[in-house]
Amino acid sequence: MLRIECPYCGPRDHDEFRYGGDASVIRPVHDDADFEAWYRYVFVRENPAGPHREYWQHVIGCRQWLVVGRDTRNHEIASVRSAREARA
Amino acid sequence: MPGYSVFSILRNGLSGDRYWRRAWRAPNPKPAYDVVIVGGGGHGLAAAFYLAENHGIRNVAVLEKGYVGGGNVGRNTTVIRSNYLLDGNTQFYEFSMKLWEGMSQALNFNVMFSQRGMLITAHSADQLDSFGFRANIMRLNGIDADILHRDEVRRLVPYLDFSDKARAPIHGAIFQGRAGTARHDAVAWGYARAADAHGVDIIQGCEVTGFVRDGERIVGVDTKRGRIQAGKVGLAVAGHTSLLGRKAGLELPIESHVLQAFVTEPIKPLVHHIVAHGTEHFYVSQSDKGGLVFGGGLDGYNSYAQRGNLGMVREVAEAAVALMPCISRLRILRHWGGVMDMTPDGSPIICPTPIDGLYLNGGWCYGGFKATPASGWCFAHTIATGKAHPLSAGYSLDRFRTGRTIDEAGIGPFAWLQ
Repeated sequence: MLRIECPYCGPRDHDEFRYGGDASVIRPVHDDADFEAWYRYVFVRENPAGPHREYWQHVIGCRQWLVVGRDTRNHEIASVRSAREARA
Repeated sequence: MPGYSVFSILRNGLSGDRYWRRAWRAPNPKPAYDVVIVGGGGHGLAAAFYLAENHGIRNVAVLEKGYVGGGNVGRNTTVIRSNYLLDGNTQFYEFSMKLWEGMSQALNFNVMFSQRGMLITAHSADQLDSFGFRANIMRLNGIDADILHRDEVRRLVPYLDFSDKARAPIHGAIFQGRAGTARHDAVAWGYARAADAHGVDIIQGCEVTGFVRDGERIVGVDTKRGRIQAGKVGLAVAGHTSLLGRKAGLELPIESHVLQAFVTEPIKPLVHHIVAHGTEHFYVSQSDKGGLVFGGGLDGYNSYAQRGNLGMVREVAEAAVALMPCISRLRILRHWGGVMDMTPDGSPIICPTPIDGLYLNGGWCYGGFKATPASGWCFAHTIATGKAHPLSAGYSLDRFRTGRTIDEAGIGPFAWLQ
């Protein structure tokens, strides 16, 4: 199990969480008519072998969305922040 | 090269097996080739073989980072089937099935292709209806498919849970009799040996570190064993396509995820087919050594580590015991992981790229093994002619831009949910 240090609930196994994918992808504003921007948002992924910022939601817990910094080569978790803080 | 036959087995057996020749050479890289294929897995080796066999292009090198058979071609659970629903997939995988049926003869290498039949259980009347739809599509395309009702399933695989307490009661199944398994190492070795016999250089321990450009065009690769010029470069490195693609300047709709597989201690013959759970992540076949080989779903988060997590081990084991309670006390001997290229629609990519001189084969998700011969066939055609093969025309990179995705799983652009 990955152990994710939820800022609200403390350290928990990752199977309490739902994965939400790459957190570095930026959603275009709603009325953005630029096709490329939407294409990249929906489909294109950096997919790095190394540090990766990603969303996890603590579904069997506080239900908060978190942004986790994790290395995709060894699954080591470097940072966990609430998504609200990470965005601000 | 002398072919393998009953006579060569007798001759070499009687002389103490001292005179077998190496199955392929270990050449040093030449400074230049007509075609360089990056990735010495099943798909790369098959593409090299068909470049020589179908298109007469023999000045070809296959560059492999590790050793032949050390990547996903040696990590999969060897299931071969052609029970696809959507146009583009249905015909491609059936063509692949036909190549499998002649593969041992075509390669003069016994790949132990065993058409033992595969059934996927249906756990509601509605699911059985949807399987009927799929079976009709398959039959309209000339593919064998049968719908089995509960009693027929019970006759075929009596060891599944047909009790009143079954967690997911079995209503029926979809059955493809020509589906089967093959020895995956033999597939890699067979293609390597046959490609080598056509003059293809298979260079192991030769990691590609970058691309050589002339203006916009790619004209070679830099490797740990020096620079190699190439008329054309083909990428067949599924699992790591994003990493090499980025070096070439491609932005790709791919995420890498880990998929696990498992094998139990060997037991007497029990599972005579391939059995897949219709609603949970679990499918199983029995190897010739007696171990039950089974797999499940993705671990569910981006990963390049070729190892899985215990959460999925538990999930797969629960699904296994729910369907086959009789294996609850079997011990798992090994479990391992492979890195998958996951595309947003679950279908692969075989196409020329926007970069001159570069051709792409990747995005195989977790269904690449069964596609090995057709993938090699179509990729060789794409490299040789610069155009997509009609069978793989739907697998272009720009289908995500144009909305022509082939979304067999119906999941949408969420790789980790497939």
